[in-house]
Amino acid sequence: MGLGGFFTSKLDTAIGWARKYSIFQYPFVTACCGMEYMATACSHYDIDRFGAGLPRFSPRQADVLFVVGTISHKMAPVLKRVYDQMTEPKWVVAFGVCTCTGGFYDNYATVQGIDTIIPVDVYIPGCPPRPESVIDGLMKLQDKIATGAQRF
Amino acid sequence: MTGAAILADLGERFGGAIVETHEAHGDHTVVVNRDALEALLRHCRDAPALAFDMLTDLTAVDYLKYPGREDGPRFEVVYHLYSLRHHHRLRVKVRVEEDDALVPTAVPLWPIANWLEREVWDMFGVRFDGHPDLRRLLLYEEFVGHPLRKDYPVNRRQPLIGPQI
Repeated sequence: MGLGGFFTSKLDTAIGWARKYSIFQYPFVTACCGMEYMATACSHYDIDRFGAGLPRFSPRQADVLFVVGTISHKMAPVLKRVYDQMTEPKWVVAFGVCTCTGGFYDNYATVQGIDTIIPVDVYIPGCPPRPESVIDGLMKLQDKIATGAQRF
Repeated sequence: MTGAAILADLGERFGGAIVETHEAHGDHTVVVNRDALEALLRHCRDAPALAFDMLTDLTAVDYLKYPGREDGPRFEVVYHLYSLRHHHRLRVKVRVEEDDALVPTAVPLWPIANWLEREVWDMFGVRFDGHPDLRRLLLYEEFVGHPLRKDYPVNRRQPLIGPQI
């Protein structure tokens, strides 16, 4: 490896380290999982410890799209548009079974997993997931961000 | 007017067109032929003694596999009427076959029927003759089928939103 390769790989590491502690999330909250998301985001569990404490309610200012709750067919184009509006680098977290697979809503109105619409980086199952699971998922996302394993 | 008196009044006026009437738990129902439906609804709204000025609900029922109703007309469109003046109620039903699922519209009588009929079209595929704007209400235009029909597969995937199975 030449000096240039050494330098860029170290630069990527530094950028990854910086990015993993400055997660600006966009909470796309549609259903009951939102309660559990709020519990996680508030002071008791305090996701600010992971640098993810500041939600941005504009997709253009966000890095991570938190999809929280059931996505219906009619909501699907909205979700796709929000994802498209986010600037790169961007990551997506599927929060709860409804966003992972559709959950028990195997019916005519519900999207069977948001990965049929947009790419997903971390799946957090649960109905709703406990805050511990959310924090675990967030830390897995941090690892992914730090190692640059995401695709743009 | 009591429910029994309402049924008696309708029976007197529309005798031949009334398929059956019944009463359950104080609620009175009249099942009417489709040809007489419009006139019966108009009479229910306009006759001073009835004065059903409010259409509480308009929905449909699919009797595809209902025990004892396998051979009869598949759909039943149900009107729930209420009179704000007299505080009495009436349920009107009309039966339609699957290949001729067409019912005269009630929009000129009660404007709320506009959206309710669009919902019935959306969910059951029953059309309403004379409706000013019969589009889907809850689902989207690209949706294939009518999901509240009993023969709609519960796990069917729509073409716009996968995955296809």
